[in-house]
Amino acid sequence: MLDHIVFYFFAALAVVSAILVVTRRNVVQSAIFLITALLATAGIFLQLHAEFLFIVQVILYAGGIMVLFVFVIMLINMDVSLHQIQFNRQWWLGLLLALVLGAELTIAIAIGRSHLSFGEPAPASALEPSTQLVGKVLFSEYMLPFEIASVLLLVAMIGAVVMAKKKI
Amino acid sequence: MIPTSQYLFLGMVLFTIGAIGVVTRRNVIIILMSIELMLNAVNINLVAFSRLVGSAEGHAFAIFIITDAAAEAAVGLGIIIAFFRNRETLLGDEMDLMKW
Repeated sequence: MLDHIVFYFFAALAVVSAILVVTRRNVVQSAIFLITALLATAGIFLQLHAEFLFIVQVILYAGGIMVLFVFVIMLINMDVSLHQIQFNRQWWLGLLLALVLGAELTIAIAIGRSHLSFGEPAPASALEPSTQLVGKVLFSEYMLPFEIASVLLLVAMIGAVVMAKKKI
Repeated sequence: MIPTSQYLFLGMVLFTIGAIGVVTRRNVIIILMSIELMLNAVNINLVAFSRLVGSAEGHAFAIFIITDAAAEAAVGLGIIIAFFRNRETLLGDEMDLMKW
């Protein structure tokens, strides 16, 4: 019962703040609601017994990436953009296509639910020391992708510095 | 116990909202934030399936996606700063330097 309350609370929080992210006029308000959505997702990770991902989500997403976003928003003068039209000319077409995509996914999940019967998740004890398991998987089976991810971060770092430089 | 399909529906809703933000908004910063929302929705799916199967591989992939999101945010915001410095605008539909 408590499981259900926690899940639906965080799910509702995530969905409402996601809608607000997409619809707010002010970029700073959007960023704040994005932080709320990411923290609600972190709560869902905790409810799924993914403790390590919960911490990574809070520190890296809500702490790191969002600081970067807010920093850039502060660097860029956004008074002008408050008085501009917020949605592009073909917004109705885009909205329609996105809703079609959502309907397709809903149908796919609804069909899959009755055919694949992924009803009952594994018991919580199956993932008990989940951080330890993540470490084992990450450093044995997925060692090469892990190293490639470090190269990706290096490339991103160099790219960000070059992009933000005044004179290339 | 919450069935896995509930998590999939939540991920689907968040993904769709993010997609709506990407295709309808003009402000590039909000477009980047919507992309972060979509990546986040995928993470929910991965962790839910990981719980269903009872292995930690979904967690490893979720970590890779978070790494990717960090790299994408850094480069994307760098591009936004460079663009703003040159053109004094943040609107995605005015980014037509490479249009033929």
